[in-house]
Amino acid sequence: MSSASEERGKTGPKITVSDLTMAYGSSVVMQDLDFTINERDIFVIMGGSGSGKSTLLRHLVGLHEPARGTIFYQGTSAGFWEMPPPERERLLRRFGVLYQGGALWSSMTLAENVALPLQEYVQAGAEEISAVSSLKLALVGLAGFEEYYPSEISGGMTKRAGLARAMALDPDVLFFDEPSAGLDPVSSRRLDELILDLRDSLRATIVVVTHELSSIFAIGDDSVFLDGESKTVIASGNPKQLLAESKDPRVRAFLTRGEETNRG
Amino acid sequence: MDQIDLELARGPDGTLRVALAGDWKLARGIPAPVGVIEEIEKSPLPSKVIFETRVLAGWDSGLLTFLLAVLTRCTQLGVEVDRHGLPEGVRRLLALATAVPARPGRRTPEAEPLLVRVGDATIGWWRGCGDMLAFIGEAFLSLLRLFAGKARLRRSDFLLAVQDCGARSLPIVALINLLVGLILAFVGAIELRRFGAQIYVADLVGIGMLRDIAPIMTGIIVTGRTGASFAAQLGTMEANQEIDALRTLGIPPMDFLVLPRLLALSLMMPLLCLYADLMGIAGGLVVADSMLGISPVQYLLETKHAIRLNDLFLGLFMSAVFGVLVALAGCLRGVRSGRSASAVGEATTSAVVTGIVSIVVATAIITGISYVLGI
Repeated sequence: MSSASEERGKTGPKITVSDLTMAYGSSVVMQDLDFTINERDIFVIMGGSGSGKSTLLRHLVGLHEPARGTIFYQGTSAGFWEMPPPERERLLRRFGVLYQGGALWSSMTLAENVALPLQEYVQAGAEEISAVSSLKLALVGLAGFEEYYPSEISGGMTKRAGLARAMALDPDVLFFDEPSAGLDPVSSRRLDELILDLRDSLRATIVVVTHELSSIFAIGDDSVFLDGESKTVIASGNPKQLLAESKDPRVRAFLTRGEETNRG
Repeated sequence: MDQIDLELARGPDGTLRVALAGDWKLARGIPAPVGVIEEIEKSPLPSKVIFETRVLAGWDSGLLTFLLAVLTRCTQLGVEVDRHGLPEGVRRLLALATAVPARPGRRTPEAEPLLVRVGDATIGWWRGCGDMLAFIGEAFLSLLRLFAGKARLRRSDFLLAVQDCGARSLPIVALINLLVGLILAFVGAIELRRFGAQIYVADLVGIGMLRDIAPIMTGIIVTGRTGASFAAQLGTMEANQEIDALRTLGIPPMDFLVLPRLLALSLMMPLLCLYADLMGIAGGLVVADSMLGISPVQYLLETKHAIRLNDLFLGLFMSAVFGVLVALAGCLRGVRSGRSASAVGEATTSAVVTGIVSIVVATAIITGISYVLGI
């Protein structure tokens, strides 16, 4: 793949993770993580079930404090946990997160779900906010669903509505936790296309946690492969190049769905 | 130049040129699209609308909503729009936003007439009663299955429920009943001292606690603590489809989830009540000893004279009934809960309300019967 980031002009690092160790209490999930996420890339965090992908995402979005190491966001004064709390809050507003199950607030309509972050952080009239939330819903193909409650729409729609909410504040970085989990192949491909479109038009950096191979190859510019056994990153780079060049049997098994090893 | 600026100009060929300049961001206050729309609507209609954005410093969703409103009106009027002047990102997003046609918005249901609402509520109440009876019936059948040795009840679930509603409730039951015994003794002491009958504080506290107050207080504590927790647990299980998973395996949720809780609570309640009796008497003793100058031995002797075994058994029987009622209310509301966070909340509220109401009603009935029977 002719690197997408080259086409879009040279970009610098957006997020730099150095020497990161993640742990729940005394049980270490991952250690010695070092990688860089480039601006306007779609960065894929992949790995088998239980390898700590979602935990890494929780660390990146500031829900969990690292046991050791730093996560540095471009344009800030220090690592995420080292910076003063007000700056951290300002940074969080530049993030959009799509949670695995959509995580829509069930007591609010879709429009209210999207409007809440706007009401909190943008100085604008009620009419403008409602126009923006309708726009965000239209962007994910949910025009006209403003007055629906999360319990009244399907799983795929919930995901897309969650995406609309994640985009509410025009974020610099969008995080996706298993975007295609539980979606049919067509919806899942549409979501991939949407992600690509949004990256190009919103000029955002996108971090995706997934183990869906078709998505990984379709959208990934860069990636890290987490291995649950050795508790660290065992491969990184463009997924297609990894498939072509990686010699590591664990990476090969994952990227070929274990077909090569079975045949071998 | 970061000031938001909007310029409209009609060309000689009838085209309308919309020039945008500055930083078109929501937080900076985007102009309303009405001005542009009015210009477009002016007769004669423009042959074409073109956009000019070369000096646009920045944009976000604010620009998009503005453009979307203008474009929608143009489409309605059949005016051609040339989007080439717009930044590429904007063009893509506009295409994305208009890719899926809007579904006609949902109608908000009209408010129904009073009679319809009253009727609906009555039918709903009637159905609710039927539901409750069905649930009690199922629980009874499940109990029969247990005695026949056919119920699929897991020992560990039962013991866990016993621990949770028994041992773990002890601190709060102790605290509340000690204080209630204390209060009762205080209230009684003031009046009884006027007649020099302080010693009868022991009778008042002993009989009052044993017959009514300890069972009721314990029942209410357990409703708030255990009944609510049953409803929330089962409601969340329903929301997670865990109860469906049991049903599809052919395991009756009644046996598996309700029965252990029901048994545990109805066995533990009398024990808790007995403990509450002792705590209440201890509370009374503290007041008698410290304020009325009655020695502990005197107090206990008087208590022993005053209370009959029937008083104790009546209280214990009542508490066992409360245990069944609270467990049934909690489990019923939990199992019948809806599948959202707010539904689980409603189920919990409703379990506590049902529990407390049924405790008070049951007390009234049992007290009435025991009066008639002379117990």
